[in-house]
Amino acid sequence: MQSFRFDLCELPKETESLRQEVRAFLAEELKDVPLTTRAQTWMSFDGEFSKKVGAKGWIGLTWPKKYGGHERTAFDRYVVLEEMLAAGAPVGAHWIADRQSGPLLLKFGTEEQRQTFLEPVTKGESYFCIGMSEPDSGSDLAATRTRAVKTDGGWIVNGTKLWTSGAQHAHVMIALFRTELNPDNRHGGLTQFLVDLKTPGINIRPITDLYGSQHFNEVVFEDVFVPDNRLVGTEGGGWAQVTAELSYERSGPERYLSSYLLLVELIRELQAQNKPGAEEEIGRLFAHMITLRQMSLSVAGMLEAGENPTLEASVVKDLGAVFEQDMPVIAHKLAGTPPSLSGGSDYQQVLGVLTQIAPSFSLRGGTKEILRGIIARGLGLR
Amino acid sequence: MNEFQTILTETIQRLLSDHVSRDLIIASEQGEWAQGLWDALEENGLTKVLVSEAGGGVGAQWSDAALLIKAAGEHGAPVPFGETIVAAWLLDQAGLPVPEGAITLLEGNRLSLTGEGDSLTLDGQVDGVPWARFSKHGVAVVPDADGKMQLCCISLEGVDLTPAMNIAREGRDNLTFSGVPVVASADYNPATVGFTLRHWGALIRSLQMGGALNRLLAQSVAYANERTQFGKPIGKFQAIQQQLSVLATQAAAAGVAANYAAQAVEKGNVSHEIAVAKVRADEAANIATSIAHQVHGAIGFTYEHTLHFATRRLWSWRAEYGAGCEWAAELGTQVLQNKPEALWPLVTQK
Ligand SMILES: Cc1cc2nc3c(=O)[nH]c(=O)nc-3n(C[C@H](O)[C@H](O)[C@H](O)COP(=O)(O)OP(=O)(O)OC[C@H]3O[C@@H](n4cnc5c(N)ncnc54)[C@H](O)[C@@H]3O)c2cc1C
Repeated sequence: MQSFRFDLCELPKETESLRQEVRAFLAEELKDVPLTTRAQTWMSFDGEFSKKVGAKGWIGLTWPKKYGGHERTAFDRYVVLEEMLAAGAPVGAHWIADRQSGPLLLKFGTEEQRQTFLEPVTKGESYFCIGMSEPDSGSDLAATRTRAVKTDGGWIVNGTKLWTSGAQHAHVMIALFRTELNPDNRHGGLTQFLVDLKTPGINIRPITDLYGSQHFNEVVFEDVFVPDNRLVGTEGGGWAQVTAELSYERSGPERYLSSYLLLVELIRELQAQNKPGAEEEIGRLFAHMITLRQMSLSVAGMLEAGENPTLEASVVKDLGAVFEQDMPVIAHKLAGTPPSLSGGSDYQQVLGVLTQIAPSFSLRGGTKEILRGIIARGLGLR
Repeated sequence: MNEFQTILTETIQRLLSDHVSRDLIIASEQGEWAQGLWDALEENGLTKVLVSEAGGGVGAQWSDAALLIKAAGEHGAPVPFGETIVAAWLLDQAGLPVPEGAITLLEGNRLSLTGEGDSLTLDGQVDGVPWARFSKHGVAVVPDADGKMQLCCISLEGVDLTPAMNIAREGRDNLTFSGVPVVASADYNPATVGFTLRHWGALIRSLQMGGALNRLLAQSVAYANERTQFGKPIGKFQAIQQQLSVLATQAAAAGVAANYAAQAVEKGNVSHEIAVAKVRADEAANIATSIAHQVHGAIGFTYEHTLHFATRRLWSWRAEYGAGCEWAAELGTQVLQNKPEALWPLVTQK
């Protein structure tokens, strides 16, 4: 049985001034952002906002300066992220590149790819999306069918990616394609590519979600040419690379803070109702939050130390997703006030958003069941 | 983990594995005192881990002590080890000598002091005192005539004691004091003002629970790999795997919360962390004990099997020194008293 390592990790004192700076920036920038937008935080897309964050030097914080980064610590980055999330900043445009595509390129990309792609990301001008899921390949990522076939100077791609968040706004997709058919080795023959979404043959169709927003997309590839120099890492090495990428994807504070604004509004609502009896439940949520934050910080510390916290990240994401998913239910039980789509109090509107988007929390980034399967493997059960 | 902690972990794990057998726990449940275990802990200086070197102790940190108390919880050591570590720490911090032998915590608000200076005497009642029957001394925090909190060391020899037990059959005795002379006293350490014995007790139990949850996990995983039904180990069934993963995440969360509290005490910067740890441990215990029993089937429901040594402890400890619901209500009251915007600064203040 592999044991989990959650060494405690304290934020260095120096991060405090950065925190105050971020708070002041957000207080100013978010003044006029509607609460229903803020309630969706990293699912809200606002290119202008991302440019301002880039100008502040808060995207690619840890990346090398030669690629436009700022060579600061993972702890500085953690502070920026958690402040943005707690305030409900519309960080969706730069979130994915900052979180996983950039680190992926730093790890596996060529020098030319880093030179080309990273700096625009740090300026908040270039957005990435993740092309993993397909119609027949959700949890079972190795079932990826979108084919890239070798041709002169590059690859020809055919197939469909599905549920791609932000693809309609993004400039680049990091996509997982099948480059070799080998029924005996499903995890082999997969390769990652940088795909310029303006390439002819790509058709992006937004899909309206139950909340009514167009967040994710279907992306169809028809004889799309991707040049050789846009292959990321090694041909056939996509599975290992994607696994590393998912560690970044699953480890951040967004995995427990998605419902934070609802907690804030719930407190306001309970105070307005002057209804006793909520103390215990609110205290319990507080205890969960403090604990999740320490667990999440611990994973950030491991990433900073160059360790591989795949298992620990799965633990945090599973606990975090359950926590943020429970929040609308708990709010409903405590306050009883109906959610609303428009009109009503701030609380009702935020509850309206989160009640509807909460089901996605334990799907996106790997389902609860898949994460628990990863944990079970770590326990030596499979 | 630093080098000292690695050595400390090896020492305590070896010591507890050697001493805390199934037979020892059963004997303890029948009323016997684990003298050999206790002597080994004392001889290795482990009960004085937090006592300064000048005071004859190890002079180690709270994160070191946390390892020991967690390990004691993991093995179900039937002695007031955590209690003695904390009592000795409090006495030493207050500049009082630390007596030999087990020291328990006299926690409660039904005690009072009479007299002054060196001639203080204690009156009143405390229920559910851990292992009082085998403890030579007890430590209490009681207001003096002027209402100033005094840390008192009291000899338990000859004190009126009614034996009682928690459901893990650990001694939780009821004591009545009438004019019992205080052995030594000092002003209660101002660095920890506001922190009652209830806090320190809750920290001990949270750490023990972290250890016991790890034991539950290890035992349940081992059993799932051993027990075969339908031609394969039950651990190969996804339903079982998913349950054990939940157990694992709960154990991990409780462990982190308890360590975090110990670290905050070490840094002299403790506020809500102990309450958080107890709330989290309580919730983890509720979930984990039910999963562990489900995975073990009927065999885990027998006295013969050792699973209940951990589960009955968790069911006891979750309610001692404030149940999760009580600590949660304290935390929630604090949160609800402030503006909603004050929550985030509170979460991120450290
Ligand atoms: C809001 C949102 C945004 C997303 N954004 C992106 C994106 O940007 N890029 C991208 O590539 N993907 C994205 N996804 C897709 C996401 O990664 C998938 O939804 C997820 O991997 C699950 O796949 P699926 O939806 O096909 O469900 P399925 O895999 O069909 O699963 C359905 C149910 O079956 C369970 N299940 C499946 N296999 C097993 C198993 N082996 N054992 C036990 N249970 C199992 C699942 O846990 C789930 O409960 C997004 C999803 C959402 C909801």
